[in-house]
Amino acid sequence: MMETGALNLRNVLPWLWTVLWIASIVLALLLFVGAPVGEALSGFWQGAFGGRRHAYLMATLSRSALIVGMAISVMLSFRAGLFNIGGEGQLVAGGLAAGLIAILLPGPPLVVLAAAIAGAMLAGAAWALLAGVLQLYMGVPLLVGSLLLNYPIRYIGSYLVAHPFRDVPSGMVQSYLVPQATWFAYFPGTRLDIGILFTLTATAFALVYSYGTLHGYHTRLNGLSADFARTVGLPVRRLTLQTLAISGAIAGLVGAIAVFGIHHRYIDGMLVQPLYAWTGIIAVLLVGMVPWAVPISGFFFAAVQTGAAGMERAAGVPKEIALVIQAVIILFVASRVSGALSSRAGRGDGDA
Amino acid sequence: MLDLLLDPSFAASIPRFVTPILLAALGGALCERAGVFNIALEGFLLMGAFAAVLGSYFSGSPYVGALAAMLAGMALGLVFAEFNLRRGGDSIVVSIAINLLAAGLTTFLLRAIFDVTGAFSDAGIVGFGPVRLPLIEDIPFVGQILSGQSALFYVALLCVPLMHVFLARHRLGLRIRAAGENAEALRAGGVEPRRVQLVALLACGALCGLGGAQLSIANVNLFVENMSAGRGWIAVVAVLLTRGRPWPLFFIALLFGAVDSLSFRVQGLGLAQQFTDMMPYLATLIVLVALSWWRARRARGETR
Repeated sequence: MMETGALNLRNVLPWLWTVLWIASIVLALLLFVGAPVGEALSGFWQGAFGGRRHAYLMATLSRSALIVGMAISVMLSFRAGLFNIGGEGQLVAGGLAAGLIAILLPGPPLVVLAAAIAGAMLAGAAWALLAGVLQLYMGVPLLVGSLLLNYPIRYIGSYLVAHPFRDVPSGMVQSYLVPQATWFAYFPGTRLDIGILFTLTATAFALVYSYGTLHGYHTRLNGLSADFARTVGLPVRRLTLQTLAISGAIAGLVGAIAVFGIHHRYIDGMLVQPLYAWTGIIAVLLVGMVPWAVPISGFFFAAVQTGAAGMERAAGVPKEIALVIQAVIILFVASRVSGALSSRAGRGDGDA
Repeated sequence: MLDLLLDPSFAASIPRFVTPILLAALGGALCERAGVFNIALEGFLLMGAFAAVLGSYFSGSPYVGALAAMLAGMALGLVFAEFNLRRGGDSIVVSIAINLLAAGLTTFLLRAIFDVTGAFSDAGIVGFGPVRLPLIEDIPFVGQILSGQSALFYVALLCVPLMHVFLARHRLGLRIRAAGENAEALRAGGVEPRRVQLVALLACGALCGLGGAQLSIANVNLFVENMSAGRGWIAVVAVLLTRGRPWPLFFIALLFGAVDSLSFRVQGLGLAQQFTDMMPYLATLIVLVALSWWRARRARGETR
């Protein structure tokens, strides 16, 4: 069952089969809804990369800003052997903090924006640390602890924008708009906001951190073998908490990008319903946690989602097909690349 | 608060909340005992809930709905087996993918088949009615809990002792435990562990499917996107906490279900819905912490 690394026909053939399988499942779904296949496929391509003056490509990039950001956040945890699947909660904590700070804090726009982004990163980090503390000091496995923490913050956010900070006249469950002066600018001549620059910065940081710093190397060691890391005297607990804090801060940053770049307020469900965090997770799993490949994989899944929206416009295929396609891809690909991931997750005997 | 807990209509609502968690957790327990780390119970439940509505709507019978839910759950179990057991994919990765697959397929099919988004409710969906138990229903208090529940609750209740006996005594149950505890010994005995694990996954799918049916065609008569809402994850916690032993599992599920039910009840008391909504998850975390402290204390006591 094990794959070898060498590139020859015997290794390429299974990948061909994989692609064929995925393609035929997508085709079956298209036929099931009675969509014209040709139009659906061209709609997909247009929706992901086309549009007048590449408007849809910009939409894909805008979505990638969030998905790649979440993927980077998750990757740092996963590589350290930490099954932090609570990215969603950390994302929500960040988005919520960003929105509320921008509404409540008076001052010059740039200061408010900087404070809001910093607050978002702190909130995300705090929410991630909570899961870490639960694991290290209270014996709750990170896998379930981080996941269960997704729900309370979701409802806290929902409460805050349904009651104290609700923009009542809008009739929706959402906060007031953040001051217009704090909105991210668009790149000239496009509808793409500069949020992606923050994601690129976070990505650059993560790559340097993973490949080029001692700290990143130590967390990676911890991820490959916690016993080894402990034996050679690495501060395993501190590494765990630091890694979670970095992951959470990046997830919180993504929440701020969504607020200032896209929605300009906190809307109930805006970070949960599109499943950004889960898409980020599978983007990492698709490429077997290899850092440089994660942004590419995140962009790919963003394109699958905007492409599906294009398919809906062009051929009436429900755009939810994107989720199915993503899941199928992960099923087929992950069984080839993932290998030893869950050896130490979930069983609760990590460090506690 | 106390009179609320003693209110028979509160007690009578507990089984509605216990049933999905218990059924999913029993399914998860089979996987756990067979050595399959299945954390896709959330997806299994959701798929079951959708298939139950589908089956009930097109046949007019809740039993066909429940059957459809079991089949849908088993189908996901088969997918799990194919990618985890046969192709060797990591169980967490496969689980995450299956959870996404269920979320995607149910919303996709909701639009493709019923042409609605968000929720599908229709008079054509026939749900499980309450089953009245003669004699038992006359017992004060207890009768109101035990009688008048959906058929699925009684199935879930029966499954607990059945699974206990099955795992302890039955040949297949023994093999399931062997697959989890010592797969090599099982193989040496001429039984392929992965086959046994496949059986566990299929049974798990069927049980989770029934749990989903309780959500969609017993508690209500409709399907809402993502209506499993974390209950599959709570079931996962129950399985991890009890290491898949049926009786402890039953009591944990009872506890979680009671909190779920309580949170539903206190909505009427002026507490914002968002705070009652988060109670089950907080309660689950608290139970996790409490049990781990208790275990740690006991472990320290033993070493002294």
